[in-house]
Amino acid sequence: MYTLLQPDFRIKRDEERCIRCGVCVRQCAFDVHSVDTDDGSIRSDESKCVACQRCETLCPTRALTLEENYHVANENYNWTGGVLKNIWKQAETGGVLLTGMGNPRPYRIYWDHLVLNASQVTNPSIDPLREPMELRTYLGSKPDSVEVVKENGSLKLKTKLAPQLRLDAPFLFSAMSLGAIGYNVQEAMARAATEMGIYWNTGEGGLHKDLYKYGKNTIVQVASGRFGVYKDYLDAAAAVEIKIGQGAKPGIGGHLPGEKVGDLVSMTRMIPAGTDALSPAPHHDIYSIEDLSQLIYSLKEATEYTKPVSVKIAAVHNVAAIASGIVRAGADIVAIDGIRGGTGAAPTMIRDNVGIPIELAIAAVDQRLRDEGIRNRASILAAGGFRSSADIIKAIALGADAVYLGTAALVAMGCHVCQKCYTGKCNWGIATQDPYLERRLNPDIAAERLSNLIHAWSHEIMEMLGGMGINAIESLRGNRLHLRGVGLSKTELDILGVRHAGAS
Amino acid sequence: MEGRWNRRYDWQYDRIPSGCGLAAIISEAGRSFGGEEIIQSICVLHDRSNGLGGGFAGYGIYPEKRDLFAFHVMFESIEAKELVDAYFDRNFYVEESGHIPTRKIKEITNAPLLWRYFVKPLDDSLQDCELCEEDFVTRSVFHINGEIPGAYVFSSGKNMGAFKAVGYPEDVGRFYRLDEYEGYSWIGHGRFPTNTPGWWGGAHPFTLLDWSLVHNGEISSYGINKRYLEMFGYRCELQTDTEVAAYLFDLLLRRHGLSIEVACKALASPFWSDIDRMPEEERELFKAIRMVYGPALLNGPFAIVLGFTGGLIGINDRVKLRPLVAARKDDRLYLASEEAAIREISPDLDVVWAPKAGEPVIGRVRTGEPEVVGAEETVA
Amino acid sequence: MKRIYAIESVCMNCQLCAVFCATGHSRSKDIIKAHNREKVLPRLFVEEKRPVSFAVQCRHCDEPFCVQSCITGALTKSLEGPVVYAEEKCVGCWTCVAACPYGAIRRDVDRKKIAKCDLCAELTEPACVANCPNQALVYEERGS
Repeated sequence: MYTLLQPDFRIKRDEERCIRCGVCVRQCAFDVHSVDTDDGSIRSDESKCVACQRCETLCPTRALTLEENYHVANENYNWTGGVLKNIWKQAETGGVLLTGMGNPRPYRIYWDHLVLNASQVTNPSIDPLREPMELRTYLGSKPDSVEVVKENGSLKLKTKLAPQLRLDAPFLFSAMSLGAIGYNVQEAMARAATEMGIYWNTGEGGLHKDLYKYGKNTIVQVASGRFGVYKDYLDAAAAVEIKIGQGAKPGIGGHLPGEKVGDLVSMTRMIPAGTDALSPAPHHDIYSIEDLSQLIYSLKEATEYTKPVSVKIAAVHNVAAIASGIVRAGADIVAIDGIRGGTGAAPTMIRDNVGIPIELAIAAVDQRLRDEGIRNRASILAAGGFRSSADIIKAIALGADAVYLGTAALVAMGCHVCQKCYTGKCNWGIATQDPYLERRLNPDIAAERLSNLIHAWSHEIMEMLGGMGINAIESLRGNRLHLRGVGLSKTELDILGVRHAGAS
Repeated sequence: MEGRWNRRYDWQYDRIPSGCGLAAIISEAGRSFGGEEIIQSICVLHDRSNGLGGGFAGYGIYPEKRDLFAFHVMFESIEAKELVDAYFDRNFYVEESGHIPTRKIKEITNAPLLWRYFVKPLDDSLQDCELCEEDFVTRSVFHINGEIPGAYVFSSGKNMGAFKAVGYPEDVGRFYRLDEYEGYSWIGHGRFPTNTPGWWGGAHPFTLLDWSLVHNGEISSYGINKRYLEMFGYRCELQTDTEVAAYLFDLLLRRHGLSIEVACKALASPFWSDIDRMPEEERELFKAIRMVYGPALLNGPFAIVLGFTGGLIGINDRVKLRPLVAARKDDRLYLASEEAAIREISPDLDVVWAPKAGEPVIGRVRTGEPEVVGAEETVA
Repeated sequence: MKRIYAIESVCMNCQLCAVFCATGHSRSKDIIKAHNREKVLPRLFVEEKRPVSFAVQCRHCDEPFCVQSCITGALTKSLEGPVVYAEEKCVGCWTCVAACPYGAIRRDVDRKKIAKCDLCAELTEPACVANCPNQALVYEERGS
């Protein structure tokens, strides 16, 4: 069928600068560039370009420039170019639109409408370069109170605490499975998490044997497909997370196509090579909250109550009530993934239209758990599109204990957010199982880049905390008085539990 | 009656930053002495306040009525008082009710109606709500302060009383005729609010039951301390961060049954780097305290003196960002923002020291029982 | 001695090592001029059999066959370790090319000379190593 689709991008090659070295040709997995055998010049087929900018970045003479191709000259507010293209695409293929990464639609990003406080005169700000500044965070269920007894003149803790995860800074790397991303990416996250005293999450694709040595900093997932779940997997981890849903695709499951299931993935997921790995939409042993409780306690039994159990859900309309149920079902941690959460593959319509923003979800869940007097019984992990240390500190002030970093971690490793993860042709070597592409992600470099990012963000958070006159992160957690809204409606402010800027 | 005393403006103000001066004296032998000494001491710290709030608490001042809760209440109007009277009649046995004695002085103006009730909860009321006496009184205080407009309970303990007003502390002391009371323990406070509705209720001390608390500082963790307390049924509506400190002590000491030492370590906890270096058993204890009571950590600069039946605690924030000096002479323990305030009333001291950050100084009336050892350090 | 080693697991076949090698050995040291005007040859080869690739430079062997086979004395083994190439003595017989077991010597057909890695003697780190975007080349001592 003759396609009505024009290329999304335009590639400009400066012939003066091009040295015909062929880096672009060799680096593009979408085969955009090719050598003209007649004269050695290089041509580009823009229709295949996804704007990952790999060629542009690696071109040693900066001879390439990518531009958006605004070819729908008569697009209007309702019938935008994107809308027309989607329809043409579907008219040509008859298929569901697929995409990757997080929601790009212009839903209000509340982080950009929240501002932070700082000390002036009435209390001193604290300089983190000179004074202690504590970001250490413990995730897990806390009792209402502790019992302390005096034995032989010294104080002794009588209360036995539930298992906790110690984080040196309030970050974790989000669940991204082997299959969705390559082995090297997981190794990089595992190494960076170990170095920085934080955690990474296996996602639902199992844990490769060679990564067991990072188990102390690993959260393993148990999802609806149960891939790779067995005794050693649970034993290797620091915590176990039951994945109910994901912010990018609430209510639907996952599908890793057979061509991505090579030997490595097959072994780790414990499925035959070449077969599709299907994660059902629900867990077929969880049709209700009491079923979830059974799985939580099965996992606690299996790990002899030595590891916290987390339950991850997508932020949906009644997220607060669901979170409350999850806490009462026995979870030590509730992880909430907002509407901007990323994915390796999701139907575009679902990614772009289902769920609620994480800011509102954090506020609602934290308040609900407080109203019920059970906020201490579980930690709240927030996920879904955190872009900077400022977003994170605001999330903590709203009530999150720590945040999951997915897209930000990938971007740190090179991802350019082209949203083509689902093709398996990631030119940055991240979302791919292709051995030719995978090797582009050097775990040494990627681990260092991740550690640098965590270090930088930690420091920025310390500076902001110190500015507020606070020297321990727990004094900001849920402390919404340090936030003010700018340009938000009364309803939004009420849900966020924040006052408008200017109100003292 | 139309004065500025109750000008809370509106509830948009959650708290008002303020600087302050504070002083406290306790006789650990339990000997009573008049209120003029604490007035004299706090008077030296005149410049630490700005005339927008002064107050005192005295312990052992109502010995004949030691078994009754002494409610000190401010009223904006007679109507407010009628509502409170009715509330008391429904829920309490009221043994005595009358004006709090005051002296007319030109420095203190716009006084609300100041009333004192000596009461005891009715057995029926206690049984109806299945609460102990203290919890019932707490609930009553929150009810009156939150639900009855124009009424504010500023003291609700047994054999103790708080006295506070808009003015300099020495004037407030004279106004309330503190020289006519005798007690074994006294706390004084002068306030320097930076943005004040000039509300009588906003002066220190803040009290609940026998607890009375004066505070110099700003609690930057106020927002979470407040929300944490709300989980346990406390209501913080008094526009000041001092209130949360008082309620946190009540929660930790009375309701969670923690010792003073442990409670102080929750509110001004040691740093992780120090905890990491402790021997294992101690480390696990302090780790647990920080994990569980993280939301109760008072973060920001403060010096606090907490009074209670039979004792006093002075404590600084975990990095000591506000002044606090302690001293001893014979059976007396003194605390003050500045040494001069102590020397003024007791020039010849046995020992003077600056308590370390987060280390409580504890004074206890010794009643033949073994002495309660505080964590004080003597750096003479 | 320090040698260049390829880390094949992260070599991504971009061949920028060759680009920067040629630039480094150009007169202008300008990447565009070196390629578009000077037509400098890189002193290394990138061996490629997808998915595997890696750069091959002169190994500076302890017992170099190229030196043994050189008919003019243009190739010598220096005391410091590197196999040194004196271009003025080379007659372009290419015996060394045949003798090299690594295929690391390039024929400079136009000039009837050879081109071979000199470890960028004037630099602290060879250009190929310094410019590898994925750290797939290292320059280090590994014993013999």
